[in-house]
Amino acid sequence: MSQALHAEWTKLRTVAGPGWLMLAAIALTAAVGAAAANAVTCPVRGCQIDPAKVSLTGIFLGQAIVAIVAVTAVSGEYSTGMIRLTLAATPRRWLVLAAKAAVLGTAALITGAVAVLASVLAGWLLLDGHGIDPAHGYAALSLADGPVLRAAAGSALYLALIALLGLGIAAAVRDSAVAIGAVLGLLYLFPIVAAVVGDPVWKRHLDQVSPMVAGMYVQATTDLRSLPLTPWQGLGVLAAWAAGALVAGGLVLCLRDA
Amino acid sequence: MSVMTPYRSEQRAGGDGFTQLLRAELTKFRTVRGWVIGTLVGVLLMVGLGVLTTKSSQCGVPPTPANPSGACPAPPTGPGGEWVSDAFYFVRQPLGTSGSLTVRVTSLTGRYATHAGSAAPGELPTADLTPGVQPWAKAGIIIKANASAGSAYAAMMVTGDHGARMQWDFTNDAAGLAGMVSASSPRWLRLTRSGDVIRGYDSADGAHWTLVGTAMLAGLPPVTQAGLFAASPGYSANSASLGGSRSKGGPALATGKFDSVSRQGVWPAGHWTGQDIQQPDGNALQASAQGYREAGGTFTLSGSGDIAPAGGGAGAVIAQTLVGTFAGLIAVVVIGVMFITAEYRRGLIRTTFAASPRRGRVLGAKAAVLAAVTFVAGLVAAVIVIPVGEHLLRVNGFPIYPTSAFTEARIAVGTAALLAVAGVLALAVGAMLRRSAGAVTAVIAGIVLPYLLAILSGVLPAAAEEWLVRVTPAAAFAIQQSVPAYPQVTDAYTPGNGYFPLAPWAGFAVLCAWAALALGIAVVMLRRRDV
Repeated sequence: MSQALHAEWTKLRTVAGPGWLMLAAIALTAAVGAAAANAVTCPVRGCQIDPAKVSLTGIFLGQAIVAIVAVTAVSGEYSTGMIRLTLAATPRRWLVLAAKAAVLGTAALITGAVAVLASVLAGWLLLDGHGIDPAHGYAALSLADGPVLRAAAGSALYLALIALLGLGIAAAVRDSAVAIGAVLGLLYLFPIVAAVVGDPVWKRHLDQVSPMVAGMYVQATTDLRSLPLTPWQGLGVLAAWAAGALVAGGLVLCLRDA
Repeated sequence: MSVMTPYRSEQRAGGDGFTQLLRAELTKFRTVRGWVIGTLVGVLLMVGLGVLTTKSSQCGVPPTPANPSGACPAPPTGPGGEWVSDAFYFVRQPLGTSGSLTVRVTSLTGRYATHAGSAAPGELPTADLTPGVQPWAKAGIIIKANASAGSAYAAMMVTGDHGARMQWDFTNDAAGLAGMVSASSPRWLRLTRSGDVIRGYDSADGAHWTLVGTAMLAGLPPVTQAGLFAASPGYSANSASLGGSRSKGGPALATGKFDSVSRQGVWPAGHWTGQDIQQPDGNALQASAQGYREAGGTFTLSGSGDIAPAGGGAGAVIAQTLVGTFAGLIAVVVIGVMFITAEYRRGLIRTTFAASPRRGRVLGAKAAVLAAVTFVAGLVAAVIVIPVGEHLLRVNGFPIYPTSAFTEARIAVGTAALLAVAGVLALAVGAMLRRSAGAVTAVIAGIVLPYLLAILSGVLPAAAEEWLVRVTPAAAFAIQQSVPAYPQVTDAYTPGNGYFPLAPWAGFAVLCAWAALALGIAVVMLRRRDV
């Protein structure tokens, strides 16, 4: 296993793409979060915003870039034929997928942690000047606050799970364009469909099974009662999707010719 | 000595015109099984998602003998065919084909409920109302074809915040004197009828009159109903700085004081009748809260409701059947990107450019083929899913916002064109980046993500939402908007409720501009780079 891990880490490390993409994910996540925090206006009557969630808006975009890294880690091997070498070197195919998942998940977790820290820092600096202050009943954004810490740590985990989801789907479909299309469709389509469905019961169910909407419940720090799931249950929904994708990807990898 | 004839091939030389290029690219598209399957999957997703969402939506009210199925009632329809609100208190008498009505308005006040729901039986209906006049509360004079909701009308009025106005047939609005009405600064209003033409005048002193507007109400009956009216749209609390959610609030009451009422021309009855014009499911107070008093030539009218175009909120709109456009869009983007990146991956691009060295034309031919295929597929999907979805919505109790055949055609063709241009954008970005995953993500993050951020309530402030659907390629979804926004109505005109800041074709033009820009950059890069 350690050799497989080492091999995967070397592959990820020595290709220029993933490193730059991870840096781009951090920069874009923080930039979108800062822009959203900067756009907040709070009237005197008070506003119904969730400061932690606003600071972490960048995750909407950052997850797409993390998904690129995850998808290309598999589909890149298929397009260059490298996969045949990899499987010749490590014939136990489950092990290859497990090693990839461990390396990518860790890389995405670290990327996510840095991106989230930068976003929270930007929110802490910017929100205070936009009416999110004690005068409107808000405490300053701080990681020492339990719910904010949950939102931050949960968001980093969220990005790691997105990487695993992308990895599983890419292993199942192999082509990078199709895989990334499937991942982004899975993430973005649920909330769009839920917005159109006229039946509140259906809408609630759609939100409960949506990997992105449910997964992002972990970012909520205010008005938790209105959510159809608790924050950690929501992240669990995404984890279930990621696990399902990995199992599907593993089955295809084991059963189909490379 | 024999003469050597140079060898000439028996085969005719192949052309290298644009037609041949188109044919080559079409052959590539049609013979790659994945792309044909992908296109079909896109059509199926578009139709399937539309059918699923419309099938799983329900609109219902408690069944009554008049409405045994419990379907949501459709609002009244105005002379232009649009849904309207038409509920107000009307003090009226018949008016013949010519005549005029002049009044002085000395006050407009109001009260409103901060929450929906009517008062308990026996309770004074206006007891728990908060004092305050709504911005579009109205009191004034009106000439209306008849006393039924939705009939043609023209009215001169004073409003809460928008000065004196002339409005007619729900959608037309002209501004008169600015400023709030009061006893020290009254407003004189006059309507004159001659046949189908009604002119509205206002004046600050009753001596100097200004024409505010001229309404042509074609087919106005010889005897109309004319008189005084008062109405107030409901109070809406847009307290949240983050828009997108529907506004909350309750019904409101407007009270206007009129005096110096004078009539000229043909008024056959000669006496006034008070009537509460009502509509089912209107956001108005019950009839007992409304009414009028006359004392010494001074009329005091209290009315609730609104005379204005209504949005699509009471039922469904066509765009709801087209929710699958987003799934189709993702399929189109994936195919569009692969149409060029697959050539790089397989090395076919070298053969392509050897056969046709003018690289810009190759990309042009690819764009034309992709756009044509996508447009046809998108149009087929739209033409199937719109009527099927509308039928399912009606079966599930939704009245559907009335839309002209022209608008419906614009939405279907526009959706197909949106998909085609998005495909071209994906192709251009694929040619620029040469990487499938990056190109697909860039285009989806450019079109779908801004739309998603704009419609999800509570994610971004309202100003940022509007900006997103103005400058990003997501502006193109304005092509699916069927309900116009009116400046004379206070409503939550947000992307989340289906209202876009740009006009339909202007929004589509934003996407076209992005595609043209990307295509231009892609051509330059193709020419300069090695293959």
